[in-house]
Amino acid sequence: MPTEKFVIPIGPQHPALKEPGHFEFNVDGEVVKAASVRLGYVHRGIEKGCETRNYVQAAYLVERICGICSHVHATAFSLGVERLADVEAPPRAQAIRQIVAELERIHSHLLWVGVAAHEAGFDTLFMYSWRDRETVMNLLEGITGNRVNYSANVLGGVKCDIGPEQAEVILEGLRFLEERTRHYLEVVSTDAVFLRRTRGIGVMTRDDAERLGVVGPTARASGVPRDVRVDAPYLLYREHPVELIVEQAGDLEARFKVRVRELFESFRVIRELLAALPDGDLTTRMPRRIKPAETVSRIEAPRGELFYFIKSNGSDTAERVKVRTPTLPNMASVVVTAVGHQLADVPMILAGIDPCFSCNDRMAVVRQGGEAEVWTWERLRQYGIEHYR
Amino acid sequence: MTLKLDQTWQAALDKLRTWARINSPWAIHFNSGSCNGCDIEILATLTPRYDVERFGIKLRGSPRHADVLICTGPVTRQARDRLVRIYEQMPEPKFVIAVGSCALSGGAFRGCYNIMGGIDQVIPVDAYVPGCPPRPEAIIDGVVKLLAKLQGHDTSPGPVVIGEPDANPALAPQPEQEEASA
Repeated sequence: MPTEKFVIPIGPQHPALKEPGHFEFNVDGEVVKAASVRLGYVHRGIEKGCETRNYVQAAYLVERICGICSHVHATAFSLGVERLADVEAPPRAQAIRQIVAELERIHSHLLWVGVAAHEAGFDTLFMYSWRDRETVMNLLEGITGNRVNYSANVLGGVKCDIGPEQAEVILEGLRFLEERTRHYLEVVSTDAVFLRRTRGIGVMTRDDAERLGVVGPTARASGVPRDVRVDAPYLLYREHPVELIVEQAGDLEARFKVRVRELFESFRVIRELLAALPDGDLTTRMPRRIKPAETVSRIEAPRGELFYFIKSNGSDTAERVKVRTPTLPNMASVVVTAVGHQLADVPMILAGIDPCFSCNDRMAVVRQGGEAEVWTWERLRQYGIEHYR
Repeated sequence: MTLKLDQTWQAALDKLRTWARINSPWAIHFNSGSCNGCDIEILATLTPRYDVERFGIKLRGSPRHADVLICTGPVTRQARDRLVRIYEQMPEPKFVIAVGSCALSGGAFRGCYNIMGGIDQVIPVDAYVPGCPPRPEAIIDGVVKLLAKLQGHDTSPGPVVIGEPDANPALAPQPEQEEASA
């Protein structure tokens, strides 16, 4: 006879996160005994959509996979398509891509510090970090003209330049942000009340992290030295490397520390790049049609490893675009680490991986063996209608 | 059961209700397939630089506490039923603001197999705020214009559309501006 279970459903609309996801927690009193997650509320069919748009249009579409880390999506796609076409963006374009990517990391991590503090009920930190985040939003807007979805990339380069005056503004902004970040590091590592919510909560050992295949800051907080910027440098990360930030504890405190300490690396790299900004063109010629080939493009997004598989077929449209975003492997760790914790800690544990549902809602079909098959547009549409009925 | 009041009392009651409603509209936010870009801009309107809470606008966690539903994203098939359910849970009178290009028409995702293409395909919309994503100022403008409509300052028919020449005096044709200054 099955034991009686009390299930608490959360979502898809819930006050904790701004995105839809559905969770079910089996609880015994206040303690979580089992957890399950249901995703897919934000599945829009972008991968299939890329197959009906040419490369230029698809670059615009993949940038809208995620509004928080839009630049890394566009960069990963551009790098992949450029590799297929045997084109390399000019050094200046690569440097500007890297600067925008690191500024985006600053914005994303500051955003996360605020949201995660909000889950802990520490709204003061939320408001402070979001106030300071507006500084980096201004910098991004100054460079690209947009606060979100910057569209800094074009295939074969970037569309925006950074002049000496702009560089001065960025350095000024970084000075302010660095001072504030030092304050945040102090808050997240010394504030006694906050530490009660983070120290020893949601512990994921290194073995667990390896087994679950988590990526990004979540893995680095568990002592796994895994960072695409270091392991497989792209853009100018070979010339201007970042230091790997690793914490051993694996709890929420370590995740806070990793992300805040990463900000200092971002500041340093941006300063280095601005000081040694290569001269030259911003774009290079890019063919419209690309010969049949396949490529894999990996990038370290603020949340972890972002993976793009792109297959071209000789036309101006991609044959297949496959995206694997960092939240997907990290989401599994929530279900495991939440078990045994108080229900009140669950929002913190969930926020601890920096989830981004709009990124990870992909469709996957798991089959054992057999021939490869292609799903047509009509079949996918019909499947969507029937599946979500 | 309905309470029948004479006309004067009913008018006074309506006035009081409008006053209460526009002074502190509580909002709920639902993401029905957005890329997050609009969501973080909505969140940015609540934080110190824009701080809509000084106007009494507050984001609530429960639809049952909310007057205004702020929607983002092209409605995905899976989120559609939830959106309708949230809309139905809100107490009358309720208003819907669609934020972002994809909430208006599907935007960049138009034609993807899993989307309905715009909030107004599913529930009635009272204000449209275009942009990918709209700036926080535009979102605040949308809320303010909607409130002006509730107050009766804006008597134009149909929903509020931000950025439309007729709806925005700053974008109005030149002669009108001269008349206003003269």
